[in-house]
Amino acid sequence: MDPRRPSRVIDPKVRKVGFFTPGPPPERTQSGPAATTPAQSPISNSLSPVMIPPPRHASDNLSRAVGVPVPTLAHPPVDSLQVGSYTLSDSVFTASPTRSPSSRIGIDGEFSEDSANWMKKDGSGRLPAVVTTGGTDLKQAIEALNDDNSGDVGEGASQKNSKPLKAKTTKAERRALQEAQRAAKASAKAPAQTSKPVKQANQKKDVPQLASSSVVHEKKGGDKPPEKDRKKDMPPPRMQFDDKNRVEKAKKRSVVKQTEARNRVELFRHLPQYERGNQLSDLGSSFFQIDDVHPTVYKVGLQFLAGDIMWSNTRCIAMLQAFQKVIEDYSTPPEKTLARDLTAKINTSVSFLNECRPLSISMGNAIRFLKARIAKITLAQTEPEAKTSLCTEIDDYIKAKIVLADKQIVIHAVTKICDGDVILTYGSSSLIKMILLHAHELRRQFRVVIVDSRPNLEGRQLLRKLVEKGLSCTYTHINGVSYIMPEVTKIFLGAASVLSNGTVYSTIGTACVAMVGHAYHVPVLVCCESYKFHERVQLDSICSNELGDPNVIAKVPGRKKNCLDDWASKENLQLLNLAYDVTPADYVSTIVTEYGLIPPTSVPVIVREYGREHILI
Amino acid sequence: MPDTHALVSDFLNKLKKRKIEGSKATAKLTAELLRSVISQQRLPNTNQAGALIHAIKAIGDQLTAANPVEVAVGNIVRRVLHIIREEDVSLTTASIGGLSLQGLSDDDDDDDNPLVSAAAAAAAARTTLRPPSLQTLLEDIPPHSAAASAAAAALHHSSSSAGDSEDKTKSTDKNSRSRKLKHNVIEAVNELIQDIATCHELIAEQAVEHIHHNEVILTLGSSGTVIEFLCAAKEKKRSFRVFVAEGAPRYQGHTLAKELVARGLQTTVITDSAVFAMISRVNMVIVGAHAVMANGGVIAPVGLNMVALAAQRHAVPFVVLAGIHKLCPLYPHNPEVLLNELKSPSELLDFGEMSDCMDFGTGTGSPLLHVVNPAFDYVPPKLVSLFITDTGGHNPSYMYRLIADYYSADDLVLQQRPTS
Repeated sequence: MDPRRPSRVIDPKVRKVGFFTPGPPPERTQSGPAATTPAQSPISNSLSPVMIPPPRHASDNLSRAVGVPVPTLAHPPVDSLQVGSYTLSDSVFTASPTRSPSSRIGIDGEFSEDSANWMKKDGSGRLPAVVTTGGTDLKQAIEALNDDNSGDVGEGASQKNSKPLKAKTTKAERRALQEAQRAAKASAKAPAQTSKPVKQANQKKDVPQLASSSVVHEKKGGDKPPEKDRKKDMPPPRMQFDDKNRVEKAKKRSVVKQTEARNRVELFRHLPQYERGNQLSDLGSSFFQIDDVHPTVYKVGLQFLAGDIMWSNTRCIAMLQAFQKVIEDYSTPPEKTLARDLTAKINTSVSFLNECRPLSISMGNAIRFLKARIAKITLAQTEPEAKTSLCTEIDDYIKAKIVLADKQIVIHAVTKICDGDVILTYGSSSLIKMILLHAHELRRQFRVVIVDSRPNLEGRQLLRKLVEKGLSCTYTHINGVSYIMPEVTKIFLGAASVLSNGTVYSTIGTACVAMVGHAYHVPVLVCCESYKFHERVQLDSICSNELGDPNVIAKVPGRKKNCLDDWASKENLQLLNLAYDVTPADYVSTIVTEYGLIPPTSVPVIVREYGREHILI
Repeated sequence: MPDTHALVSDFLNKLKKRKIEGSKATAKLTAELLRSVISQQRLPNTNQAGALIHAIKAIGDQLTAANPVEVAVGNIVRRVLHIIREEDVSLTTASIGGLSLQGLSDDDDDDDNPLVSAAAAAAAARTTLRPPSLQTLLEDIPPHSAAASAAAAALHHSSSSAGDSEDKTKSTDKNSRSRKLKHNVIEAVNELIQDIATCHELIAEQAVEHIHHNEVILTLGSSGTVIEFLCAAKEKKRSFRVFVAEGAPRYQGHTLAKELVARGLQTTVITDSAVFAMISRVNMVIVGAHAVMANGGVIAPVGLNMVALAAQRHAVPFVVLAGIHKLCPLYPHNPEVLLNELKSPSELLDFGEMSDCMDFGTGTGSPLLHVVNPAFDYVPPKLVSLFITDTGGHNPSYMYRLIADYYSADDLVLQQRPTS
């Protein structure tokens, strides 16, 4: 932990990386002499706080001690913001010196009883089920977990204290620091996560620093002005996974220990590609050992990982509701501001979720909204007030941006379905389903063609629902789309996001359908809530995408023996399971949003005029 | 004759039950069947070619009716008919040449003989599609469609007139000629079978001219020709990578990928839906075909129209590999429907998969759920950049001309007109 310090030299600029207003200028002069490694700040600026998981493992710190002094990079504001909390952490620390190590043991791999039991229960592999089977055990466990949690947070804070100190190093401090580093190095040589030595070092160091650091922190906390509106809304660039250094760093920090997939596709090295499924049981077993991720978030994350929550709307809602729980259970540690500390907490959760499955653009938008709201909380508000207001804001967001928007879109879209129409849709979009069912309720006479494709074969779910309701359906696969297209009169497509150059970012295969529709002169209507709009631009499907499990490709549904079963052993063979593609704007006739039917060229207008409102107001 | 009957009906059965798959296998089997039919056919003394043509046409009629989608059958029948006509004409010209010389020397011939022979020679020149010369254009020729029959009539006439003059040589001459015709035809059919068998190699030989280092090739589904083509380039030390779209719902791309990997090619399997996403990084699309129509359009495995459209969007060359036996002399009308075949829906949805949610009790009687599983796509000629056949590379607009080399115009319609 100490060794992190050299890299910890964070000047206020770095804090801009997150979704925070910059620290006040006077602060900077205070930390002046440190002159804080300027070369590093651009790097850290370029990094997204969303993409980079925060450090939380002892192992992380250790390895860093061994490794080169790393640029400050992505300490997400978690770290930078927990200033001034050391008193708490210290007290926690001293109050329970015995408890903390023992609880640690479980984490560090020697099974505590809890985790052993868990492993047994976990046989089923499906997570949600496991979580529920936990039953009463679970409740107690969660309570225990929460206890543990607070302890850990405190601990984390204590280790973080040292960072601002660095700015103002006295000789004594530097000496202490060096000592600590040495201790950390020694401990790093020992294999595995020997967190105890580090802790000792931590304690050692903390003691002499108490006096000076408290001064600094009080100042910092004190002259913090109320948060201003963020000027810079530009989303930071995504993490590129072909940058080995960063990947290494990110990996050290991650909770979800992913093993990298074999036989990766050269073209997609910049995207994370991991083996699926194997982490699930590990993660399930460590449910009771997580430190700073809220259990609800953890559960949602595991559901993402297991693929139980798949659709972008449901994912977004699940995430927001988990954050609601986080906020409800949150209490501001003394000497911290709610706005900063809570944001830090949300950031940790976000990066955890991102590890489980890369966040969708709509989720990114929702997170930005939430952070903007948290940032607006003034010191004048009491904690309960702030919490309730945040929770209602989240509720409102879900209601206004997703539920009501969907209703409005249905009303708009239904006007385009006439008697005798043959509507083609691809995959399964909840919005399209609502539109079709509503049109059916209105007694419109139309037929539906559902085009489906691997890898997910989502169309079957839609087909099932529509057939249940008595709609006349035709089902075909994506290769047959040219055959079926001459009889189609309209194409309705869902979207994961619409980018500001009018391209539609959606489930893989959407672009093919839109292209064939365009070739046969069939109008293509894309239905998308405006909260999924994004100001990013993209021209091809390769720069930014998500990779799915390649094993899905090898397995042909309904076949016992597949000829690609042993694909991983052949180094010349790769399987590529892309999740999204990009439909060029010229294939899209119109985009149906809650604001009405707009041409794809008007997307940036919506982003500009309406996108700001919920972030800034 | 009874032997061939059994053979034919066996083959018909296989065609009807779709036991034979792939145009190459079908073409080969058809050619072999026709060869045995020819060898067992008893020929009358007169108008042997006509009788042979008639017999082949009758069988061809049945064969094409058994599987109208498999145009390779019709192609081969037409090729064999064309062979018979050509052999017949070449025999006739040879004999007429001999006869007219004879006539001139004998000096007691009929007046009309040279005239007929000249007409027959001209007709022969036309039917064998020699480059037209000014002389043939200037001569007075019977209409093209009647050329062959004119030639046959000339043969008949001349043989009878020759018979008048020379009694001795008559029977031996006839026998040898009938045997010669059969022999020649069977020889030629053998060559045809040989051609079908070796078309892969001939096509693969051209691979190096089209595939270069570090290229990215996309293909869909499986085709023997494509495998050979890619491997030939690989053997010439070209290093390139191949994206294979799996080709739902039969997923033959998997077998193709496995084969390519076994031969040491860098292969990436993608889903069919990822074609549009990946095509921007592809240098060339190389696919096989089911049939090539006279207008340059392609009947191809399902999904290729989508690939061709994506390739056109990104200006990626769309190359079709096709042996000449896939070249169909017909111009398609509404080929998406008429030259297509719907496969079993169980390839997409298991029977009964949706049965639990369907209400059979009420409703209008028409089923709510249709599953469409077409086997072929039609790729219009404007989306095809190049055909690579065993005779070289061709533009789609040139295909109609190739047809004239391999088929005679009389055979384009196989169905025999009802005799009134």
